[in-house]
Amino acid sequence: MGLIARRVEADGIPTLSMTSAFSITRSVNPPRATFLDYPLGHTTGKPLEAGLQAEIVAAGLAAFEELDTPGAVKMLPYRWSEDDEWKREVMLSGDARTDRSAEPVYQRDADRRLAEDAGACPTCVFL
Amino acid sequence: MRTPESLKTRRPPVDHIVRTRDLYSSLGHEPYRWVRSETPPPWTEVEKPLRDCRVGLVASGGVYRAGQIAFHHRDDVSLRVIDTSVPAAELRTSHFAYDQTDARIDPNVVFPVDTLRALAAEGVIGELSPRAYTFMGGIYSARRARETLAPEISRRLAADQVDLALLVPV
Repeated sequence: MGLIARRVEADGIPTLSMTSAFSITRSVNPPRATFLDYPLGHTTGKPLEAGLQAEIVAAGLAAFEELDTPGAVKMLPYRWSEDDEWKREVMLSGDARTDRSAEPVYQRDADRRLAEDAGACPTCVFL
Repeated sequence: MRTPESLKTRRPPVDHIVRTRDLYSSLGHEPYRWVRSETPPPWTEVEKPLRDCRVGLVASGGVYRAGQIAFHHRDDVSLRVIDTSVPAAELRTSHFAYDQTDARIDPNVVFPVDTLRALAAEGVIGELSPRAYTFMGGIYSARRARETLAPEISRRLAADQVDLALLVPV
């Protein structure tokens, strides 16, 4: 996503990358970023906690008005849990990757049927 | 005696580059090459207060809407255009590289569409752009991301006349 940020910003639109992967963000170095120290898959909050999600995204968006140095990262103060034990297990084992084929992978079988019945997908952009 | 909050275990941010390298190596996969930028990032000044801005949303958590074709897991660089009036109940995810359990309970954790609608209603932002763009991150080819995907997203955000782009990776 950092590459997208750099291109969009270079084309004249200010960007903010809300990240939970600090090392990756440092490496690709987008123009503006906020860091939320949560497990991947929760970049903008915890599920079904709309109030917390709004706080996090608002704190992120405020970075548009606060950051004035290219490459700056605003650290958000939220913690996933009281301690950081969850970090010990991240990506230490297993393989979440399914078969690497070019067949679409649907969350639900019903989605496959809907998409197949619809035929062409005008809102899908194949590049 | 209660442990003071400040003494509870705090660990530094997870180093995903190191952990991905170790995991892929243990599984016999070819290494994932993270992009390392050697030049400073570009910069565009924000010209209006947030409360007057139209905000565009781009997310890489593999979000699609029921009825759309899902992402495939072999270096898919396609995009989905999602109308931001979408009910969250019609959002799905397809991604190989993160635990989607919570995103499938509440897509706002990776695609904050209800959140941004609420912030627009409160006047924190001017408005949410009518279209959001999603793709599936974890693309092996940095060249395709840079030369194909990035310009396409940039062109579409400009056509939508957004003032700011909020990018939500996973």
